Parts: sequence; C-alpha cells; structure tokens
Amino acid sequence: MTPPRRQRRYPQQEPLPPAPGKRGEEKNPERLYVVAGADEDGSRAALDLVTLIVARAEPPPSATPEQAALLRLCTSPLSVAELSAYLNLPFSAVTVLITELLTAELVQARAPIVRQAVPDRSLLEAVMHGLQRL
Amino acid sequence: MDFKGSDTLPGPRTEDHLPHTAQAAVKIVIVGGFGVGKTTMVGSVSEIKPLTTEETMTQAGIGIDDNYGSESKTATTVAMDFGRISITDQLVLYLFGTPGQERFWFLWNGLFEGALGAVVLVDTRRLEVSFDVMGRLEERGVPFVVAVNSFPDAPRYPISELRAALDLPEEVPIVECDARRRASSRDVLMTLMRFLHSLAVMGSAR
Ligand SMILES: Nc1nc2c(ncn2[C@@H]2O[C@H](COP(=O)(O)OP(=O)(O)O)[C@@H](O)[C@H]2O)c(=O)[nH]1
Ligand SMILES: [Mg+2]
Repeated sequence: MTPPRRQRRYPQQEPLPPAPGKRGEEKNPERLYVVAGADEDGSRAALDLVTLIVARAEPPPSATPEQAALLRLCTSPLSVAELSAYLNLPFSAVTVLITELLTAELVQARAPIVRQAVPDRSLLEAVMHGLQRL
Repeated sequence: MDFKGSDTLPGPRTEDHLPHTAQAAVKIVIVGGFGVGKTTMVGSVSEIKPLTTEETMTQAGIGIDDNYGSESKTATTVAMDFGRISITDQLVLYLFGTPGQERFWFLWNGLFEGALGAVVLVDTRRLEVSFDVMGRLEERGVPFVVAVNSFPDAPRYPISELRAALDLPEEVPIVECDARRRASSRDVLMTLMRFLHSLAVMGSAR
C-alpha cells in the first residue's frame, strides 16, 4: 500500500497581487474574507494573541462593564488569547477593548517575541530548557 | 454576554496566574486535519486547562458592482484551542491548535507570522488532509516538523516512505507520537525546538 503524494511548495517573496479579472469572478474565496472590523491601516496589528496584558489600575468609575471585567482579569499578566477566552469575546473585540484601555493608560502591554529571519538562539535554548522540565 | 454579573465571570484559578515578572510570550501552532489529535496534544502538555479563543471573519468586497451599499455579509467563526507552558519567570510559551476550516487560519493576522514554528500532526489514514496546510506553511516560510499520531488502526509506513509521500527535504524532522501522552507530546515540541535551533545555527553561519 502506498500513501497519497504531495508536492512541496516554496516561500512566496511577496504577497500575490490581486488576481486580474473582473470583480465578482474571484476564484479564490478566501480573498473575500477579512477579519471583522479590521482597520484599513492595520493599526491593530500591534496586539498579538500572545501579547501579555497587565492592569495598571483598578477599574475607574468611568469604565464600561466590559472594560472593568477585563481590568479585573489582568491584575496579573494574561495573554490577549486568555482574555478573549475568559471574556467569551472574539479576538478582534478584545483588541478594541484593550486599545481603549491602553489609550486611557489603564493597562500595560508586553509585546511577544516573534520569529525573526535569524532567530535568537538563546531564546530557543531557554524554551528547550523549559520543555525539558515538563 | 451579561457584564453586570462580572463579579462571577470565569477567570484564571489562583494557580493559573502568571507571575508579575512574566515579560514576554512566544507561540507555537499545532495544525492538521480534523480529528488528528490537536486538542489532545495541547491538553496533554498545557499547564492550564485548554481554553478557546475565536475570531470572526466577514465576507467583504463581494457584490460591489451589483449590490452596492446593501452590506450583506457572511460571517465565519474560526476557533482555536490553546494551552500554556511557563518556561521561566519571564517567558511563557503558548500552544495553539486550530480546528475547522484551514483556509481561514491564514487570514488571522499574525497567527502564523509571529509563531516560532509549527507542528503538523498527520494521521496516516488520511495523510492528504494535511497537504494543504503544509504547503501554506512553506509558502509563508514558517518552519515546521511533522508528527505522526499513531492511531491503532492506521497504516504504518516507514519514515522514508512518508518523507517521499510528503515531499519533505531530508532535514525536516518526521517523528511518531501519541498525543495523549505528555512525554510524547513534549518530545514533539523538543524536536521542533531542536530543528529551529539548527536553522538558527545555519542562518548565523551564513
Ligand atoms: N490512539 C490515539 N488516539 C488519539 C491520539 N490523539 C488523539 N486521539 C483521539 O482522537 C480523537 C480526536 O482527537 P482531537 O484531539 O479532538 O483531534 P483534533 O480535531 O485534531 O483536535 C480523540 O478521541 C482522541 O482521544 C493518539 O495519539 N492516539
Ligand atoms: Mg480539536
């Protein structure tokens, strides 16, 4: 018995330009989908699923119920993904809340370490040590 | 959701709180077809009970010509299971497992782009369900390893045969695992980390 076969693909240097052709005749359906409410200029891209959020203050009386709930959750650091799960809100809805709280200086955001062209070896070694203790 | 009851909102248990020293997080993505063991793997290594986050994609830009201003949109929800492993007092690792329609994951901005790497879980009874996701990772330059989840009734192929079928270069690790076992899932993650480390060594030697 032989398994089915696949063909390797290769990195694409640049995102593919929009397919030429008439609108509405788009072949690839996923191009039609965007994250709900995403800003045109991508200004929300700064918040990642694993950005750690920490409250800097108690919820002020002016806070909305959603903002207060979020502030109470992150008295110790919590990722945006965890906040989304505990608040039962979609990721983009939570980033809107966090952006408001960042503007009001009620929370602090600790940016994740993302993959780089040349990865940081000491970071990778730290993760390996951590996993070995598991 | 009723936020008036926010005093009783679910939140992390006391033992699930991260220390205040937690400075930054990294993430690894676990991908593969439905039922291949992603949620099981996240759960077997996570220090917290796995949680779910979701994102809503709306179909936009369609019918601009013939339906202008009518704003009829179709929403699709993409859900992700995730777990967490504290690496040090400063560093936290998150693992994301994605069920559902794979073609939507890649629209979730930053999900794969920021990830250190990915684990592609495959089931030898349905190898082909993982072909598309592997191609997409390759296109985006996201390094990955392949873990073969050994279901009892699944056909067993020699690794060399799997490598040929998956058209993977010699250096990409292919390992067997039992996603239900913590040690086995941990070993898969270690394999990924060693692979990433070897890429880093090669990259800086250039
Ligand atoms: N025999 C065996 N069963 C597994 C393994 N991993 C997962 N399963 C089972 O396969 C089913 C699907 O697993 P799940 O993690 O929900 O798959 P997902 O859809 O990829 O998240 C569950 O009933 C698991 O108990 C494995 O390594 N070996
Ligand atoms: Mg699942």
